[in-house]
Amino acid sequence: MAQLRAAGGPLLTGFVCASLLVCACLASASLDVGHNETRRDGSAGETPEDPHHPHHPHHPANDTVFKKAFPVLALNYDYVRKPFEIALWILLALLMKLGFHILPRVSSVVPESCLLIGVGLLVGGIIRAIREEAPVLNTELFFLYLLPPIILDAGYFLPIRAFTENMGTILVFAVVGTLWNAFFIGGMIYGVCQIEGAQLAGVDLLSCLLFGTIVSAVDPVAVLAVFEEIHINELLYILVFGESLLNDAVTVVLYHLFQEFSHAGTVTVADAFLGIACFFVVSLGGILVGAIYGLLGAFTSRFTSHTRVIEPLFVFLYSYMAYLSAEVFHLSGIMSLIACGVTMRPYVEANVSHKSYTTIKYFLKMWSSVSETLIFIFLGVSTVAGPHAWNWTFVIFTVVLCLVSRVLGEGRPPRYTPPPPHPPPRAALFFMPCPVCSPGVIGLTYIINKFRIVKLTKKDQFILAYGGLRGAIAFSLGFLLQENEMKSMFLTAIITVIFFTVIVQGMTIRPLVELLAVKRKNESKGSINEEIHTQFLDHLLTGIEDICGHYGHHHWKDKLNRFNKTYVKRWLIAGERSTEPQLISFYNKMEMKQAMMLVESGGARPPAAASSVSVQNIQPRESARGRAIPSISKSREQEIRKVLRGHLQNTRQRLRSYSRHDLLIDPFEDHVSEVRFRKQRVEMERRMSHYLTVPANRQEAPAVRKVCFEPEHRVYTYDDAESPRGRTAQPRPGPPDAVGLLSESSPRPGARGPEQEEQEEQEEQEQQKLSRCLSDPGPNNNKEGGEEEEEEIV
Amino acid sequence: MGALQSLPGHPEYVGLAEKTGFSFEQIGILHNRFKQLSHNEETLLREHFNKIPDLDCNPIRSQIIEAFFDRRNFRQNGEGTVEEIGFEEFLVIMSHFKPPTLHMSEEQREGVRREKLRFLFNMHDTDNDGTITLEEYRHVVEELLSLSEALETDTAKSIADAAMLEVAGISMGHMEPDEFYAGITFEHFLKLLNGFEIESRMNVRFLNMDTTTLCK
Repeated sequence: MAQLRAAGGPLLTGFVCASLLVCACLASASLDVGHNETRRDGSAGETPEDPHHPHHPHHPANDTVFKKAFPVLALNYDYVRKPFEIALWILLALLMKLGFHILPRVSSVVPESCLLIGVGLLVGGIIRAIREEAPVLNTELFFLYLLPPIILDAGYFLPIRAFTENMGTILVFAVVGTLWNAFFIGGMIYGVCQIEGAQLAGVDLLSCLLFGTIVSAVDPVAVLAVFEEIHINELLYILVFGESLLNDAVTVVLYHLFQEFSHAGTVTVADAFLGIACFFVVSLGGILVGAIYGLLGAFTSRFTSHTRVIEPLFVFLYSYMAYLSAEVFHLSGIMSLIACGVTMRPYVEANVSHKSYTTIKYFLKMWSSVSETLIFIFLGVSTVAGPHAWNWTFVIFTVVLCLVSRVLGEGRPPRYTPPPPHPPPRAALFFMPCPVCSPGVIGLTYIINKFRIVKLTKKDQFILAYGGLRGAIAFSLGFLLQENEMKSMFLTAIITVIFFTVIVQGMTIRPLVELLAVKRKNESKGSINEEIHTQFLDHLLTGIEDICGHYGHHHWKDKLNRFNKTYVKRWLIAGERSTEPQLISFYNKMEMKQAMMLVESGGARPPAAASSVSVQNIQPRESARGRAIPSISKSREQEIRKVLRGHLQNTRQRLRSYSRHDLLIDPFEDHVSEVRFRKQRVEMERRMSHYLTVPANRQEAPAVRKVCFEPEHRVYTYDDAESPRGRTAQPRPGPPDAVGLLSESSPRPGARGPEQEEQEEQEEQEQQKLSRCLSDPGPNNNKEGGEEEEEEIV
Repeated sequence: MGALQSLPGHPEYVGLAEKTGFSFEQIGILHNRFKQLSHNEETLLREHFNKIPDLDCNPIRSQIIEAFFDRRNFRQNGEGTVEEIGFEEFLVIMSHFKPPTLHMSEEQREGVRREKLRFLFNMHDTDNDGTITLEEYRHVVEELLSLSEALETDTAKSIADAAMLEVAGISMGHMEPDEFYAGITFEHFLKLLNGFEIESRMNVRFLNMDTTTLCK
C-alpha cells in the first residue's frame, strides 16, 4: 500500500498534468479569440505588441487616455504556448516513467515501452474525446529531434570489440536479411492482394514492395527498449542491435528506390544496378561523413584543456552535424551517427576531463531516455489520432508474414533441445509461429555458421528471430508516404505490426529467455586481470596466426592498432597521453573509479566487495617489506605525480598543495602558509584520492615518511582494512567548519602513531569526524587532514 | 575434395588427425608451413621462430616461442623444455587453439576450457613450480608493456601487484596480516578467469585452403 501511495504521487501529478494540457489546449483556443478582440480594440496594459515591455514607460498616455484599471494580474498564455506545451509533454512522459518504476510488480512483467504506448493511447483518447488537435508524431519531429539522441547514445557506447568481431554476421543479417524480408513480405502481400476480393486490388506491386520495405526494418529504438531490460548476453545483444543499426542503409535505399519507381512506373535492369550502387554510396558515404566529423571532434577535443566546461558540447554538436549532413545527401544518417561516435570516442575519452566524461555519459543517457519515452507516448497518441483504414486480411497477413519471414530468414526455431537442465521448452513453441516449411530451409544462420568460429546455437537463432522488433521508424517512414487511399491502410497495418511486436514479443521475451536458459550478461566489474589477459590473448593469437602463416582477423586488428598508435593518436590526443598503452589507461581508470568510490563512501569503510587482503599478504617474504617503507627519490615522485596528474585532471590547486617540493623546502617556516595549505588540502581531500594518503608507519624517521605514494602499496589497497590513516582521509564536514576548527588548533606538525589514530577514531565516533581527527591524544594536536602534516615533515 | 580426403602419401596424418582433431587439409597446410619455417628440416628450432618477421613487433614473442618448446604443452604430462620439436608436437600445440565444436556437451566444453587455460597458465608459470608468483606475474605485465616507449617500470609493477591482490582477494577471501599468498595456483587461475569465456576467445581460424605462400 505504501508503494501505491508512493506511486500515487507521480501518477496523480501526471494526471493533473494531462488535464492541465487539455485545459491549455482549450484555453488557447478561447484566448485566441479573446486576444483578437483586444487587439482590435486598441491597447491596454497588456497589449500583445508590447509583450516585452509590460511597464514600458514610453506609453503612459495610453493608460491615462483609456482610463482602464491597471491589470495587476494578466494572462498571456499565447506568448509561452509552444514551449509550455512541449515542456508539459516531456514532463508528463517523465512522470509516467517515474511512476512505472515505483510499481515494481508492473515493471517486471510489462516492458516499459508497452506501458508508455498505453499511456499514449490514454492521453490520445482523452484529447480526442475533447475533440482537440492532438500532436502527431510527424516525420520531421521524429527524424530530426527524437531519433538522433537515441542513436548517438547507442553508438557512443557500442561495445566495439564485440561489434567488430561479429561484423560479418551483423552485416549479413542487416543487408541480406532486410532485403529478404522486404522482398518476401512485399511479394507475398502483393500475392495476397491479388487473391482477395476487389478491396485490395488497387495495390500495385511497387506499393507492396514499398510497404514491405517499411515494415521489414528492425527498429533500434524498440530493440534497445526491450533488450536492455532483459540483460541478455553480449553476443546476442550486439547481433540484434547491430543489425537494427546497419539495416538503416538498406531501408533508406530501398525506400527511395521504390518511391522513385512507383512514380516512374517501369523498372529496368539498369535501375536495379543503380540501386545496388546507391546502396554502397549510401552506406559507405554515411560512414565516411560520420568518420570525418568524428575525427574533427577528436581533434577539437585535443585543445580543450583550458575550457573544460564546453567539452561535452563538442561531442554532441559534431555528432548531430554528422547526422544532419548525411541526411542532406540522403545518405544513411544513422550509420553516419554511429561512425562518428565510434571514431570519436577513444580519442575524446583520452582528452577530456573525468567530469566531462561523466557529463557526456549522463547527458546522452538522459536525452536518449527522454526521446525514447516521448516516441512511445507519441506512438500511442498518433494511433488514436491518425486516420485509419482497417482491413482485416491485409493487417493479419502482414503480421503473420513479418513473423514468418523473420524466422525463415534468421534460422530455424529450436524444435527440440538436447537434454537440458530445465524441462524442455515446449511452451516456447506455443508462442512461435511454426513455419510450414520443411527442415530444408536454408536460413541465413546456416550459411553464417559456416564462417563463424563460434557457431550460433538454435537458442541463439530463436532469440535473434524473436528480437526483431518493429518500431517508430517504420511508423515515421509510413507517414512519409504519399497521400493516397492506400496510405491509411498501410499506416494501420504498420501500427498493428508495431504494437504486436512491441507488446506481444516484448512482453514474452523475458519469460522465454528464462525458459530457454539463454546466457545472460556477465555483470563483472572491470577487472585488471581480465584486461591483462585480454591484451595477452590478443598478442598471443596474433603471434599464433603469424606462425601459422595466414593473415587472419587478429593480424589485421593488430596492424590497425599499431597504425593507430603510431600515427593517429599523435594527432588526436593531447600531451603525453598519446603514448600511453591501453593497459595503463585502463588501470588508471580503474584506480580512479575506486578512488571515487572511496571518497563517496566517506572513506570510513572500504567498499563492501573488497576483501581484506592487503599488500603485505602478497609481498615476497624475503623482502620483508611488511612495515618498512622505503624512501622515495625525487625522480620517482615526479613520475608518480606525472602519472596521477595525467589521469586525475585535477586543478592546479591540488598540484600546488600536494607539491612535495614546496613543503619540503620550508617545512617549519610559515605557519600561516601551512594553515592555508591545510585548508586547501581539506578541500582536496574531500574530493579525491587516497593516493596521497600517507602510508603505514609514521613513527619512523621523517625521511622515510615521505609521501608514500608508493603506488604499488597504496594505489589500490583501499580495501586494506588495516591501512592506517586511509580512512581518516575524508573529512565530512564542510569547509567552514574545517577552517574554524583549524584556526583553533595550533599548527604543529608531528608524528602520530597510526594505531593511536585508529583507536581515537573508534572512540570518538559520535563526534564529528573532523573533531575526531583533530583530537589526538598524542603529543601534537591533530589537525584536519593529519596526513598532510606528515608530508610536511620531510 | 574427395581426392584430398585420403592423401595417399601421408598415412601418418590419420593418427595425427585423431590425436589433435584437425582435418586432413588443415594438417596438410600446417605441414607445409612447418616445412617452410624449418627450411625443410625435420625439426624446428628456436632460431626458426625468431626469423619470422611478423613476430618482431609482438611484445610477448619470447613467451610464445617458449610455449612451443615447453613439454607441459605436449599433452604427455612431461615437464621441462626441449630444444627442438617435430611436426607432431607443433600440431599438438596448435590444437590448443581450435574452437570447440558446435555439438559439445557441457563437460567437453569444460575440458576445452581447462586445456586452454592450462596453456595460458604454463605460459605464465615459467619456472614450472605450479604457481604463478608475483615476480612471474610482474614479468608478464612488463612484457606486455615492453613495446611502449614511455614505460615507467613502477607502473608495470603496480599493475601486477593490483592484479595479484585481486586474485588473492577472489581466491582467499580474508587473509590475516601475516599470512602470505604464495602464488596463483591453477585452480585459482581457473576461478579468476571464470567469466572470461576463454573457449570462445582463444581460437584461431585454421584454414582449409592453402594461403601460406602469401605470408613469410
